Amino acid sequence: MEFALDSGNTAWMITAASLVLLMTPALAFFYGGMVRGKSVLNMMMMSFGAMGIVGLIWVLYGYSGTFGTDVAGLFGNPFDFFGLQGATDDASLMAAAGVPFLVAAGYQATFAIITVALISGAIADRFKFSAWMVFAAIWVSIVYVPLAHMVWGGGLLGADGITSGLSTPIDFAGGTVVHINAGVAGLVLAILVGKRKGFGKEPMRPHNLPFVMLGAALLWFGWFGFNAGSEFAADGVAGRAWLNTMVATCVAMLAWLATEKLRDGHATSLGAASGVVAGLVAITPAAAAVDSYGAIAIGAIAGVLCALAVGLKYKFGYDDSLDVVGVHLVGGLTGTVLIGFFATDANSTWYPDGALNGLFYGGGVTQLATQVIVALAAVVFSGVMTLLIGLALKATIGLRASEEAEVGGVDLAVHGETAYETLGARVVTEVK
Amino acid sequence: MTKLVTAVIQPHRLDDVKSALEAAGVRGLTVSEASGYGRQRGHTEVYRGAEYTVDLVPKVKIDVLVGDEDVAGVVEVVVKAAQTGKIGDGKVWVVPVEDVARVRTGEHGEDAL
Repeated sequence: MEFALDSGNTAWMITAASLVLLMTPALAFFYGGMVRGKSVLNMMMMSFGAMGIVGLIWVLYGYSGTFGTDVAGLFGNPFDFFGLQGATDDASLMAAAGVPFLVAAGYQATFAIITVALISGAIADRFKFSAWMVFAAIWVSIVYVPLAHMVWGGGLLGADGITSGLSTPIDFAGGTVVHINAGVAGLVLAILVGKRKGFGKEPMRPHNLPFVMLGAALLWFGWFGFNAGSEFAADGVAGRAWLNTMVATCVAMLAWLATEKLRDGHATSLGAASGVVAGLVAITPAAAAVDSYGAIAIGAIAGVLCALAVGLKYKFGYDDSLDVVGVHLVGGLTGTVLIGFFATDANSTWYPDGALNGLFYGGGVTQLATQVIVALAAVVFSGVMTLLIGLALKATIGLRASEEAEVGGVDLAVHGETAYETLGARVVTEVK
Repeated sequence: MTKLVTAVIQPHRLDDVKSALEAAGVRGLTVSEASGYGRQRGHTEVYRGAEYTVDLVPKVKIDVLVGDEDVAGVVEVVVKAAQTGKIGDGKVWVVPVEDVARVRTGEHGEDAL
């Protein structure tokens, strides 16, 4: 079929790509506000660093490795579209919607960038920046790209993959590829690099909650490009995804606040910001596959579960600094599995070939089993691969900043900067 | 002789204390941010369910140089203006000052106040 440009859809997809790209600097604010003042620049730099390295890799071989010709169900041929050369718009991932090849490639780049940046929240305050940049380059190449291929590019976790005897797995906008993937990687890396000095003894409270609120607000805004853009067209399904993204997030925020109020006696701003992100994460895979009731239920369940899950690190003794596990892994698993209960083709207007209704909508356990199998496969793949990369880096360049750097603040020690003018940093002699 | 009256008070009482001192004829004061705790200790904050006890709570410190004969009055003015009756209202203390010099003119002693 001859490619026919649809300027409406193309305009929306360029807009959506820009919205998703905004999510990473937004994440820098969300994470940056949660760390201590002495390491806020390093925290933000891990997000910006991910933008740099992943944006480059995506254009060179990342897109091709994800959406190129299938190799053994595991990854795409990285040389099919190396440097995004050699493709006509007929080969566009979004050709059916009349969206050109390069727009599709650009949109997908923003997903890879935010996924890598999400991991950095687990290792705040103590990671070597050089090790982070090398990790980001390797991880996106041999974890993100293959997993995205397996789920979205025609690989083992897609319609014709390991669950083809059951149903088609549903991951509309990245519950598996983005959030479960980043959450597991964060957990593995946090354990490998070890706890922050003083974890569990010294207070490590957020140094700037307005940053956290600003970051959460910008994430929410950008997330509409993430979820409503994943339809690849400006249509009613995109509208459904937009609406579900709004309502699930509203409900998750309320649920997190209610949980806090009951447990701690206060509904906090950090809780509101965290509830927003938990809701966004959980509705991501389901955004077009559930109706409004399903979205409300997913938001409520995710808000409560994630609010409870952030306490797990104290119970199990790992230092996932900014709760990447509690919010992204638990939220991603919640949304992915709940699709098995709430998926419906009645009101959602979107349904991938072969997918069935969820348990609560007359579909039996088939879709639920499919969702669980895919989620577990992603956990194992991401966990094992991240462990191998982390161990290799630990044995070679090392993962952790020196103790002096950590105590004095990685901002000054690693970047040669401090975020705020304080009494100690105010007296500066200009050197030419 | 000159005395230094130092008051550590609740930050939200600063404006009232300043106005009261002006009304009482005090011509100058120094204000700085301070933090500390008294018998009440600090307070508890909760972040994502993790409780932190914050020992040092924000206070404002006021330093006023006054002549001997005005000391008792100034202390009373500060106590009255800073008082809320709640725990954590602060402290006022007085120490003797050997000499004071006005930088602009080089005057010494009470002339420099």
